[in-house]
Amino acid sequence: MDRAREPSLARIQWVGFQTIVRRELGRILRIWVQTLVPPAVTATLYFLIFGSLIGRRIGPMGGYDYMQYIAPGLIMMAVITNSYGNVVSSFFGAKFGKHIEELLVAPLPNWLIVTGYVAGGVVRGLLVGIVVTAVALFFTRIPVEHPLLVAGSVLLTSVVFALGGFFNAIFAKNFDQITWFPTFVLTPLTYLGGVFYTVSLLPAWAERMSYANPILYMVNAFRHGFLGASDVGLGTAFAIMALAAALMFTVVVTLMNRGTGIRE
Amino acid sequence: MQALAIRGLTKTYRNGVEALRGIDLEVAEGDFFALLGPNGAGKTTTIGIVMSLVRKSGGSVQVFGHDIDRELDRAKACIGLVPQEINFNQFESVHTIVVNQAGFYGIPRRLARERTERYLRQLQLWDRRHETARALSGGMKRRLMIARALVHEPRLLILDEPTAGVDIEIRRSMWSFVREINAAGTTIILTTHYLEEAENLCRRIAIIDGGRIIENDSMAAVIRKLHQETFVLNLRAPVAAPPRLPDCVVRLADDHTLEIDVSRQHSLNDIFARLSAAGIEVASMRNKVNRLEELFMRLVENRGAAAAQD
Repeated sequence: MDRAREPSLARIQWVGFQTIVRRELGRILRIWVQTLVPPAVTATLYFLIFGSLIGRRIGPMGGYDYMQYIAPGLIMMAVITNSYGNVVSSFFGAKFGKHIEELLVAPLPNWLIVTGYVAGGVVRGLLVGIVVTAVALFFTRIPVEHPLLVAGSVLLTSVVFALGGFFNAIFAKNFDQITWFPTFVLTPLTYLGGVFYTVSLLPAWAERMSYANPILYMVNAFRHGFLGASDVGLGTAFAIMALAAALMFTVVVTLMNRGTGIRE
Repeated sequence: MQALAIRGLTKTYRNGVEALRGIDLEVAEGDFFALLGPNGAGKTTTIGIVMSLVRKSGGSVQVFGHDIDRELDRAKACIGLVPQEINFNQFESVHTIVVNQAGFYGIPRRLARERTERYLRQLQLWDRRHETARALSGGMKRRLMIARALVHEPRLLILDEPTAGVDIEIRRSMWSFVREINAAGTTIILTTHYLEEAENLCRRIAIIDGGRIIENDSMAAVIRKLHQETFVLNLRAPVAAPPRLPDCVVRLADDHTLEIDVSRQHSLNDIFARLSAAGIEVASMRNKVNRLEELFMRLVENRGAAAAQD
């Protein structure tokens, strides 16, 4: 192979990116019992218990049937958990099994490796979102008032949490450390992020605190896309999501360039 | 052109260990180069820096003229690495591992599949292509890593102890395959603990110890530096005591075996003539240890002694 015949780096990077995403998709589908089935089971239980049994006694929420009101939040909750979980387990698994070296020795820049893994997280988030939506449709009708808002908010949210998963995986040294953040931070913030209620029901101090929770903005922007109802301003919500995505991407790529957690 | 040019390479780890203390190394295009050294000498650190798995502290590295500080991706595109430790996803199939690796180097999917078939067939893994990697034997896993390293047809192939733990039959077939790859124009850098293999395969050699290159020459020139060799002679008839040979140390290992230390200025013809005169008939002869191994041990031991005196 002479230098004149070397393929362009842009070509190498495009094929490399496709390969990372294809590999991630292959992993998601190969272990579908772990990746796609549990969210369907969990969503079914939520709709049965909170929607069908308790929801009937709660009555309308924000002007909508309770089951309709919580459906977008439950879909978003599944998207957040799975976008995060896919990247943290896949990237940490690659570190742990040393096959991350396959990518580190390849002619792919760090930003592209991050983008590939994040795309894999987004793919899983969206697949799970579709599965949970299908489950929700067994229980209630979900109108779609603003499809672009739905698409924009779900994409940005899954990007943010896929990057969060990457950040966690960079620093994790064992499997325990990839469960700390989801258990002690992500799950509480999600449950308190307006999935099951409108924050206007909360006491004033709790309502004020809720506005410091970024997940509240994501859930509400998504809900607005379906129902046209939201506790927060859409401009603020999208600004927070875009800013969080840009900030997380910059931090994660900087850490990769420094070799944190992956290079001696 | 130099396949690899290393200048003043240093590496100090965070714990203060100086792994490399100013390495200079050049590997010509098309060469079959041995990089040898005891455990902890700095071989794997050097390879790690070339592959960007380890960050250097100082110095420069160029791969086919691409400086890893300025054109890292261009440099990496030229190299295929067979690492010391198994580092593929054990849950992926053999076929997927190789096809994906081609993709990471920008090889389009169809071409990647064609090459994967070619290399898996050449390395006798095609029949196992649908199995997960963890189902393979140790030797097969090593061959899979060679197929994976070759699928993007690198100009420089680095083999970091690729035959560790591999049985002799598979090792020989692997070396025969690697020789063909080299004959076809691929530059090869080999690290191994099997010094006989390095002597048989490689044309040039560098020995690294304590983070410094202590020998760097053609294999023939390095072997010539060996001033004394020990031969083991198997005798046709038993002898009661070792014969006296002037200027040679002779030991009786058992009544049918002699060990003779022969310095370079002595002729083997002369020694055989003296043995014949003493009525001793030699049935067969071999080196007690591989010549390169003997030289390697002396260089490393001399260095160790010098360091102890400092």
